[in-house]
Formats: sequence, structure tokens, C-alpha cells
Amino acid sequence: MIKLTREPLDTAPLLATAQSPQAGAVLLFLGVTRQHTEGRETSELHYDAYETMAVQELSTLEAEARQRWNLTECLIVHRLGCVPLGESSVAIVIASPHRRAAFAAGEWLIDTLKERVPIWKQEYWADGTNAWVHPTEGKR
Amino acid sequence: MKVVVQLFAGARELAGQQQIEVELDASANVGTLRTALLAQCPALGPLLPHALFAVDTDYATDETTLAESSEIACIPPVSGG
Repeated sequence: MIKLTREPLDTAPLLATAQSPQAGAVLLFLGVTRQHTEGRETSELHYDAYETMAVQELSTLEAEARQRWNLTECLIVHRLGCVPLGESSVAIVIASPHRRAAFAAGEWLIDTLKERVPIWKQEYWADGTNAWVHPTEGKR
Repeated sequence: MKVVVQLFAGARELAGQQQIEVELDASANVGTLRTALLAQCPALGPLLPHALFAVDTDYATDETTLAESSEIACIPPVSGG
């Protein structure tokens, strides 16, 4: 299941959806707005997306993950707009009969999302400046 | 032909607009669009060499051909997550 939302992410219903007698492992990854990055202080992040394509690319990621690993559930929700400090911009929930597949799929999904899905973050720094983040040398 | 290119994030900020109309030859591809876009909007210069393009919501290469009806988007390096 893929979703883009402008609301705060609520993980409880995601975990409830993923948990089942078939899934011996349920994994939750949250990407959270961090206060300090390389000595600079962030006040909040803003996210923008090319929404139709982002949904399509996220669906492709879900399909690829389900093909590569034995998953009983795969949920990816990305928040857009303002994401304050300590709140989540992305939630990935993976359920699988065994933990190794869940960990591997979760790591692959967040890594590949950051490379491929047309979503962008804008850093609002504590000093009042802001800048779009466009990594050009593999630092994401 | 006239195509419309949607801009996002830093590209939108540099250009100061959400989309930009570009006049191209009928045989144009993404490569020729890059050149035309830069000529028309030099402000995109720092970002354009690093940007990908999507045509009809699929990532394209410089060889991908364009039509007037194509949905074209300039995709600067992504930073979701």
C-alpha cells in the first residue's frame, strides 16, 4: 500500500494492518526530521513531490520488494508539506514470515526511495535561511 | 511544436515559475529540450546538468522523443525520505 499525505503519520493502524499470524517479523522504519546535520541546526523540513509519478514509483518499489522477498505486507507512506522536528516524513512497514527478509526489504526500500522517487526536501535552518536539497554526489 | 515542462523544488525556485513553455522542432527529444530550456531560462544552469526528465511520468533518457501532448517534468536530484 502506497500513500502520500499532508497529515502527521500515524503508525498504529499501519502496524495493525501488517501484523498477522503469517508474519513472524514486522518491521517499522521511520524517517524523522533531525535537529542537527553536520553542525547546522534545522528548524523544520518541507517536502514537495511530483505526486502522480511519486505514487507510481513507490508502487513499483513495492512490487519489486514483493518480488525479491517473501513479504506478507509492504506499506509505504510519505508525508508532504511541513514536517516539524522529531516528526516522521516517511513510514515503511514490512511484514514477513522471517526477520531477515523484513530487514533486507526495509533497508532496500528506504535506500531506493531516496534514489528514485520524485520527492524533494527543503531545509529550513534555525538561522532563518532555507534551501532545497539536491544531492549530486551520492550523499542522500 | 510547443511543449510544457513542469518544474519542481530547486528548479521551480531558480526559474521563478511552476512550468515553462518551450518551442521545439517536431523531431525534438529530451536532449534538445535540455539545450532549449537552458537557452530560454539560464537561471536553471546550475541544476540542469544534474536533472533527469520524465515523459508521461516515466524517467526518460536524452534520446526519448517528445510530442506536443507529452507530460514533461524536470526532475532535479531527489531528496525524499
